[in-house]
Amino acid sequence: MRSFWALVRRDLQLAVREGGAIGTALGFFLIVVSLMPLGLGPDLNLLSRIAPGVLWIALLLAALLSLNRIFESDYEDGTLDVLATGRIPLELVAAAKSLAHWITTGIPLALLAPVLGILLNLEFRSYPILVATTLAGTPAVSFLGAIGAALTVKARRGGLLLALVVLPLYVPTLIFGISAVSAASGPSGMGASFLILAAISLAAAVLGPLAAAAALRIQLQ
Amino acid sequence: MQLIAEDLIIERGGRFVIDGLSFTVSTGESLVLSGANGAGKTTLLRTIAGYIRASAGSVRLDGGESELTLAEQAHVVGHANAVKSSLTVFENAAFWSDYLGEGATDRDSIEAALRHFGLEDLVEFPAAYLSAGQRRRLGLARLLLVRRPLWLLDEPTVSLDIASSERLVAAVNDHTRAGGLAIIATHLPLALERARTLEIGSRRMAA
Repeated sequence: MRSFWALVRRDLQLAVREGGAIGTALGFFLIVVSLMPLGLGPDLNLLSRIAPGVLWIALLLAALLSLNRIFESDYEDGTLDVLATGRIPLELVAAAKSLAHWITTGIPLALLAPVLGILLNLEFRSYPILVATTLAGTPAVSFLGAIGAALTVKARRGGLLLALVVLPLYVPTLIFGISAVSAASGPSGMGASFLILAAISLAAAVLGPLAAAAALRIQLQ
Repeated sequence: MQLIAEDLIIERGGRFVIDGLSFTVSTGESLVLSGANGAGKTTLLRTIAGYIRASAGSVRLDGGESELTLAEQAHVVGHANAVKSSLTVFENAAFWSDYLGEGATDRDSIEAALRHFGLEDLVEFPAAYLSAGQRRRLGLARLLLVRRPLWLLDEPTVSLDIASSERLVAAVNDHTRAGGLAIIATHLPLALERARTLEIGSRRMAA
């Protein structure tokens, strides 16, 4: 496990030093959400009704921008070869890198979401629920995204291909993320949707690294 | 300890790059892989390291730690240096020492490894500003950070100056003298002790 945390620590350090990925993702999130009211007009009722959906979709797209960085730079400079000779299996390497991606991208995006909710006239009591659902849902974004990142690591300009591979996998997270926020204001509460959302993230945290490691083994050949 | 390769057949892109190769490397020996460009030296090294799966045959390390795979007992130095530009020289080395090793790492042993490859004045220097040869030396310092019995070096002298090549040869000789094994693909005559040469692809050239 020492190796695992050493890798997580190094990835966090690199993300802070290089900085670009977090900034791009947050900037993209901000721009997409602020374009919405401009495009849809100043109908406050409409905006607050679609706010959870817009925020979730924009968040997924913003996270997508930084996914290719999970493995790409390590592949290019030969680091991945050496990581594969470590004492931890490639599955844990993929898990460590996904975890670092979630910490550096998922958490900042989740914390920015309520701020952007102001632009969309999101109901005030939905704010804590929005933060909770995005925090619970974004691990799936990173861990499932790692599969696509591993599959496209060798592809030059694989960004678009990555989006095509990964976006369908985000559908359950999107559905239950939005329905948890919407249901919170309804009679039945957010309970069920939120639990399913958390379950998707937990399942992704287990299955994502397995699939990503299998893809990486092929890429290293 | 002995590395044994038996009847290796390795196919790349529909072509048999290595066709029925057997060899052994014993404790204290180094094996130099020579051969023309494209003869399959890198392919062979990557197969030994476990990245590429051989179509037939096997590679095993007898007398190693049975709980570890061959790759976990090997240092692999490929064409790329696995150096991160946004970390300092020391941070790069410390990461590999933490990641590849099992015990706690102390600053002294990391600095000793860097000193061996002549990087002692660059310890806190950002790796982004290193020259190609210095990056190479930082990549090679990994060999000394963590003790592993098998060294797989793929053209390790590329972009090294003569003095640095000699430091590398000294490191390999120290390693084999301490009972380690080394397999080195190179085009240069290196002053290695107890080295044998394996010509890769010679049969095909003759045919």
